[in-house]
Amino acid sequence: MRKLLFQSLVQMPLTEAAPSADDKALAELGASLARVTRRRLGRSLSIREVDAGSCNGCELEIQALGNAYYDLERFGLRFVASPRHADVLLVTGPVTKNMRMALERTYNATPDPKWVIAAGDCALDGGCFAGSYAVVGGVSAVVPVDLHIPGCPPPPLAILRGLLALLEKVSAG
Amino acid sequence: MAGIKTLIGKGTMAQNHRPWPRAVVTAETWAGAIAGLAAGQWNLLGLWGEPACVHMALLDATDGEIAVLSLDGASGRYPSVGLHHPPALRPERTIRDLFGLEPDGLPDPRSWLDHGNWDLRHPLATKPSSVPIEKTYAFLPAEGPGLHQIPVGPVHAGIIEPGHFRFTANGETVVRLEQRFGYVHKGIEGLMTGATIAAASRLAARTSGDSTVAYGLAFARAAESALQIDVPPRAIYLRALMAELERLANHLGDFGAICNDAAFALMLAHCGVLREKVLRIANDVFGHRLMRDRIQPGGVTGDISSDDFTTLRALVADIAARFPALVDLYDNTASLQDRTVSTGIVTTELVRQYAAGGFIGRASGRAFDARKNLPYAPYDSLAFDVPLLDAGDVNARVWIRIREIEQSLALVTQLLDRMPEGSIRSNLPAAGKACEGMALVEGFRGDILVWLSLHPDGTVARCHLRDPSWLQWPLLEAAIEGNIVADFPLCNKSFNCSYSGHDL
Repeated sequence: MRKLLFQSLVQMPLTEAAPSADDKALAELGASLARVTRRRLGRSLSIREVDAGSCNGCELEIQALGNAYYDLERFGLRFVASPRHADVLLVTGPVTKNMRMALERTYNATPDPKWVIAAGDCALDGGCFAGSYAVVGGVSAVVPVDLHIPGCPPPPLAILRGLLALLEKVSAG
Repeated sequence: MAGIKTLIGKGTMAQNHRPWPRAVVTAETWAGAIAGLAAGQWNLLGLWGEPACVHMALLDATDGEIAVLSLDGASGRYPSVGLHHPPALRPERTIRDLFGLEPDGLPDPRSWLDHGNWDLRHPLATKPSSVPIEKTYAFLPAEGPGLHQIPVGPVHAGIIEPGHFRFTANGETVVRLEQRFGYVHKGIEGLMTGATIAAASRLAARTSGDSTVAYGLAFARAAESALQIDVPPRAIYLRALMAELERLANHLGDFGAICNDAAFALMLAHCGVLREKVLRIANDVFGHRLMRDRIQPGGVTGDISSDDFTTLRALVADIAARFPALVDLYDNTASLQDRTVSTGIVTTELVRQYAAGGFIGRASGRAFDARKNLPYAPYDSLAFDVPLLDAGDVNARVWIRIREIEQSLALVTQLLDRMPEGSIRSNLPAAGKACEGMALVEGFRGDILVWLSLHPDGTVARCHLRDPSWLQWPLLEAAIEGNIVADFPLCNKSFNCSYSGHDL
């Protein structure tokens, strides 16, 4: 273990912070995201993820935000275990009828001010599951949505961009 | 003992069911099959309904023979399998929820996927009822001094799928765990009925996102069997390449996440990097990080270039160089092993009874891998081992994944070395007549079964998708018994069953 830890000290970090030719987008995003977050909410923004019926594809990409390449927490963004601690609900999936109540209760348990991001194509309008006897529809059919991030699933960079867009909308309003 | 062919020989053989036979049987043969299941002679691969019929897929583990038995259910009832063979309990509760067919003698009267929220009852029956079921649900009792209950979910603390776990504990020790699922039931099989093959293939690829390649492949193989078409060799190899990359990405993710659930975050950090490398290269080569919708009935959607070969070989070399240090780290960290060794044991008897596949079966001594036992191209011509352990604990499930990562790396190299030239897609012919196809494909989690019945016009008459989790989730209830509540996340992650794949 010592060897691995030592290597981490002497190697360049994998985190894509420094501006580079091919990944300029993420670096720009990082700087402005941190600035806006700090102005609006001090130093941090807490996110509670809610799977309201997804296939788990979106969850995989949201989890990837925590890896060394994206390192979400450097922006002051972090995932929290309880809606009571959250500023943002990040909701995935078409909302199934069996998850409607759980989503409503999670929303109601989140203190104001709060924002809802619907992530993934299903979260917009139910996607390919729309019209099923077991599906309510998109997230906005159950709770008010501030922003939608498209994709099936949206890649981690798109989710980061979405978080930025939300912050800009919030600061403008 | 008479083989599976003798068993179904008494029935009326279904025409156009491929590649394995299906027979419409009498209640007497059905009862004989149940007796064989209870005696351990057959493995139950699947049990599913149609509006006036029930089907069960059996595997003879000794010779790899498979058959489907169908029993008429026009009376609305059929003899329960679950009464004698517990793995059938949840499937039978599901058949009752969806089709309203009553399993005679089923010991559990409760609903399973239906929580009373659907605004109708028996949604897939010929005539659904407009009166939903009651929303109340009685959990199984556990009585004794000092027992308390801990309800968990459906919304969990992490970034994971929803499901409910009801723990009854005595102090820290779990006396009983009862699962309740169905929260992410989207009605996929209902949406597939009447859909085109293309639309159904999209739905299949969204049954469980982490296995989107395996589901795409299983659905495509079932459709190709039904329509009797051959897929070009290059497409077969490209499919296997995607399947192995998916296995690599998921096993790497699981290895890190299991260690993280034992508070060893360093492994998650390193494995997360390797997983991300696989996904990025999948995106470069196949145009999608999870390689979703790249497999279609008839072939694959895109070819790969000579540059892609170089990229993929570099990926294999990179992981092969970095991975051994992580395996050493796992093997030499006593505090981590202290959490995983002898935690959450599943016995060999249970995995055999449930025919549990994947790393759960293989960590508990059940040597079954669809790529090996029911070999489909190109695996029948590739060299690889199926790792097997019998300790059945979290540690064994970690080691199976480690060894499978090594095997998948070797398989990617073999696939690249032998990649045939040629086209990547065959045209789908018109069905012309009713036909049925079935496929069993090894996803990272275990064997996925797809059963597909097509109308003469080529639309889907009925499609059943059986996730490996159906046969694995019940074993988690057994694995946690006698362990402490704090070890549940560790046990659960070592299983990593799919909620969406189960709930459909």
